Amino acid sequence: MKKLFVYFKNYKLQSVLGPFFKLLEALFELFVPIVVGLIVDKGLGAPVNGAYPNADTGYIVKMCLLLVGFGLFGLVFSVTAQYFAARAATGVAADMRKDLFKKLQALSYKDIDTLGTATMLTRMTSDVDRFQSGVNLALRLFLRSPFIVFGAMITAYFVDPASIGVFAIAIAALAVVVFAVMFICMPLYKKTQGKLDKVLLSTRENLTGARVVRAFCLEDEEKELFDKRNEELNKGRKFVGAIAAITNPLTYVLVNFAIIALIYSGAIRVDIGNLSQGSVLALYNLMSQILIELIKLANLIVTVTKAAACGGRIAAVLDMQPSLTVEDDCQKETTGAFVRFDNVTMRYNDEGEPALSNVSFAVNKGETVGVIGGTGSGKTTLVNLIPHFYDVETGDVFVDGYNVREKGAQSYLRESVGVVPQKAVLFKGTVRENLLWGKADATDEALWTALKMARADEFLLEKQGLETPVEQGGKNFSGDQKQRLTIARALVRKPEILILDDSSSALDYATDAELRKGIRALNTTTFIVSQRASSVRDADKIIVLDDGKTVGIGTHNELMQTCEVYREIYFSQYEDGGETV
Amino acid sequence: MNGVNVKKPRTLRRVLRYVGKYPISLIGSLLFSLLTVAATLCVPVLFGDAIDCIIGKGNVDFDGLIAVFIKTAVAVGVAALSQWLASLCNNRISCNVVRDLRKDAFAKIRKLPLQYVDTHAHGDTVSRVIADAEQFSDGLLMGFTQFFTGITTIFGTIGFMLITNWKIGLIVIFLTPLSILVARFVATHTHKFFVEQAKTRGEQTAFTEEAIGGLKTTQAFAHEDENEQKFNEINGRLEKAAMNATFYSSLVNPSTRFINNIVYAIVALIGALDVASGTVIAGAAFTVGGLTKFLSYANQYTKPFNEISGVITELKSAFACAARIFQLIDEKEEVSDKDKEEMGEAEGYIDLENVYFSYVPEKKLIEGLSLKANKGQRIAIVGRTGSGKTTLINLLMRFYDVTGGAVKVDERDIRTVTRRSLRGNYGMVLQETWLKSGTVRENIKMGKPDCSDEEMIAAAKAAHAHSFIKRMEKGYDTLLSEDGGSLSEGQKQLLCITRVMLALPPMLILDEATSSIDTRTERKISDAFDKLMKGRTTFIVAHRLSTIVNADCILVMENGHVVEQGTHSGLLQAGGAYAELYNKQFS
Repeated sequence: MKKLFVYFKNYKLQSVLGPFFKLLEALFELFVPIVVGLIVDKGLGAPVNGAYPNADTGYIVKMCLLLVGFGLFGLVFSVTAQYFAARAATGVAADMRKDLFKKLQALSYKDIDTLGTATMLTRMTSDVDRFQSGVNLALRLFLRSPFIVFGAMITAYFVDPASIGVFAIAIAALAVVVFAVMFICMPLYKKTQGKLDKVLLSTRENLTGARVVRAFCLEDEEKELFDKRNEELNKGRKFVGAIAAITNPLTYVLVNFAIIALIYSGAIRVDIGNLSQGSVLALYNLMSQILIELIKLANLIVTVTKAAACGGRIAAVLDMQPSLTVEDDCQKETTGAFVRFDNVTMRYNDEGEPALSNVSFAVNKGETVGVIGGTGSGKTTLVNLIPHFYDVETGDVFVDGYNVREKGAQSYLRESVGVVPQKAVLFKGTVRENLLWGKADATDEALWTALKMARADEFLLEKQGLETPVEQGGKNFSGDQKQRLTIARALVRKPEILILDDSSSALDYATDAELRKGIRALNTTTFIVSQRASSVRDADKIIVLDDGKTVGIGTHNELMQTCEVYREIYFSQYEDGGETV
Repeated sequence: MNGVNVKKPRTLRRVLRYVGKYPISLIGSLLFSLLTVAATLCVPVLFGDAIDCIIGKGNVDFDGLIAVFIKTAVAVGVAALSQWLASLCNNRISCNVVRDLRKDAFAKIRKLPLQYVDTHAHGDTVSRVIADAEQFSDGLLMGFTQFFTGITTIFGTIGFMLITNWKIGLIVIFLTPLSILVARFVATHTHKFFVEQAKTRGEQTAFTEEAIGGLKTTQAFAHEDENEQKFNEINGRLEKAAMNATFYSSLVNPSTRFINNIVYAIVALIGALDVASGTVIAGAAFTVGGLTKFLSYANQYTKPFNEISGVITELKSAFACAARIFQLIDEKEEVSDKDKEEMGEAEGYIDLENVYFSYVPEKKLIEGLSLKANKGQRIAIVGRTGSGKTTLINLLMRFYDVTGGAVKVDERDIRTVTRRSLRGNYGMVLQETWLKSGTVRENIKMGKPDCSDEEMIAAAKAAHAHSFIKRMEKGYDTLLSEDGGSLSEGQKQLLCITRVMLALPPMLILDEATSSIDTRTERKISDAFDKLMKGRTTFIVAHRLSTIVNADCILVMENGHVVEQGTHSGLLQAGGAYAELYNKQFS
């Protein structure tokens, strides 16, 4: 939470001036009861038999004009306060969003995995929005309410020093009530929120799983479950509502009994002659003001607590340190291999099984490497270590002789490795804009060459060529078209290392084969991850993975001789011996 | 906007119908609110009387004071108690109404045609059931607590003021509404800032969603700086828009408060002058106590007056939310099949007779498709994306109804039997797996809840899922989060296959059922699949042709038409579309 205060540094002036002007406004409000008291005492003068022969009409008019003047000052001050508060709140929120976005973009793959997209989005949007309105409200009102409450007490002291006891007791009692109810309700609110999440879960599951629920005829069970969760939420709500509803009646009772006490003790002193009727009136009005202020404060506290919770979540993200290690002093190794894994073990989470264990291999420049293995065998993990998307647990990964952990290697890696990920991701804009991600200054000619090689030229020509718009998430392209475009995007940058992570799964075999032939001709060091034996069989080197371990490295023919797992994979796709099914 | 306005009275009536289900709470709420208002209005009057008991030195009526205080204590007690009781009633109404609304909405979801589920963003429907209902509940509660008490307070105050001092009363009545005018003026002139803010915020959310969703790609292409620049540009605009919206809308409170202060000053002025001149109103002189009452009333009257515009805005948006929920509740349901007969255990003869179907009338899809599957036959469907493979399955399971022709099972048109009994005869494994949040056991037993653990484990072993389930933290009792959580796509598919292997229905639909499973495992479970399919009519959609060569009949689909039909060897010999597809795979 403390971290968030940094954001107010740029808005120091606004953050101070906002509450300051609000206090000025409140000050004028506190004067009002005194002026009314004066109107009664001095304006009307001493009563004689129920009449006011000494009334000073001029004085009364003057005092009422003063009241209007107070109102005017109040207006000016409070508008000024609103301005500064809004400035500070929106400014802080904007800076926060900016930093959050920067922070999120700098996270490592591992952090992205653990945090999740949905969480990152809510932090960026609704959490910051809530925080902004919380700040705005707090700057305007949070200081005001205590100020009015205590200000009323101090003013009362000047009106009648003896009354301060009643005020002090009343304020203490009110504070106890407000905080006690809050203390009881906050955890209850949190609990009902959890129950609401369950209702949400039920609803969403029945939409995403509509087919399965209906296919298994589970509608009744699901409805029962939903009704049960809904009822639990309802019960929780009613319970916390009943407790929260005590606040207002209770404060009302407290304040009014305080007023009775005030008037009574005032009456005693008026009788002796120590106090005037107008002063009693002023005390009464001051106490009423406290009641109004408290009701406002109670509402405010809920909003501010919620905003603080959002702030806490934002701070948690800002506090995250990107988990990728970068080191300064690594020696360039001289084995001559272009990409080399040296006894690499990698784990996604500390308790789990390793995703890769003790993997070692070396690849020369220009070679094509196939990576094959079953689901969850560690293929994607292996290739993701080459551009240093993840850290290894033990062992080293070298590219062009440099350890990928080395500081100087980072930008080289990002610029010279072309990755086509499993999931084809395109961004809103045009096809050209998407392709230029690969290389910002590529010519149209270069773009078309890449498209042709990725077999994406034909369907684009039927549309609007490079200007074809891309909808969010590439929704206006089919699965295989998206894959072809993402392959083209990687080819545009003419990478030194090209990684195709199962990125031709949606392509038919013929297109896949043509694509591979084209890429081979480029003489780029290429890693092809696939479940298809046909995709990797022509590779210079095939790495066979099983449960994160290398069970074979070699050419197709070698592996057919020596590697049982490879043979099994191969025969599961080709019937014994021949190339038919 | 017009559409919403037209619906408003209808929405109101429907909301009232939901509220009407709780008549006792409703009456209680109204009664106790009325009592609260009456008692709270009495209190300033009593305090005014108390002030009148204190005139000056040696001139204090203590007996009168005590009498007034006793009355005050009673009034305060009554006000507090009835306020709490009214809150309980309101709370009960708003909670129950929302529960009922959610219940109805959910009941609706299960009856919606899949067409609706497929074509409407799930997030939107979820937000109707959750967020809209929530806001409606808040609005309803606020409406009940403030709207009614607010109005009664206003009328009560006006009545009192007119009786005690009609002159000041009239002035207050005519001046106070000025604050509403000011509030409205500010609201209409700040509307455009809010629109601008909402628009920019939407733009930023959309961009963030894309940038964060594709973050790995962004990093892989070192495109972070460009994204950041664009983000900051939008962010700058949002800051300005938010500033305008926040600041200008926050002018409402100070300006209405200013008007109230003026009203207060005028009441003080005229009141004091009346006291000074000893004006006699309604048979009694206007006293300092009377002035006190008036000043409190001026405050009390303006408070609900200022709040009521806020309450109206809140109610308006609550009703807009209610309308969105009602819209969901009013969606057309699947044709009811209550009066239809149960299908019983099917034999497995499937007939498609001259079937026509399209999702949207403008885009024809399936036209005149006929097909016959005998009991125990294996029918494979191949074709490109969008050729109608999945559509065919939608029709078989009656997720969608044909627009022409008929689908028959055992010679009975499937529209003459209940959907439940039809679907109960199918076992289905889809490419897009779906697991519910719950234990592994619950997910597997979904199709056969009363089976024994031995049966379940046997099925899991056959599907080669047993070994990885065993390795999970708590085995079959491991809790899965929504949609499988940490499981890989392949493991999820294995669980779905286990589910079907356990249920053993007479007909099977396998839509890319093994697409995420590696070929080695696929081969291992193929024996189990073969056993499963024996004697069961099976429809297989597959990308990998190797999984379908043994089918009794292969349908090659293109643009909703079956272009070829036959066995693997027959079709290869014919040298048509199938042969081309097949050769492409293995050239």
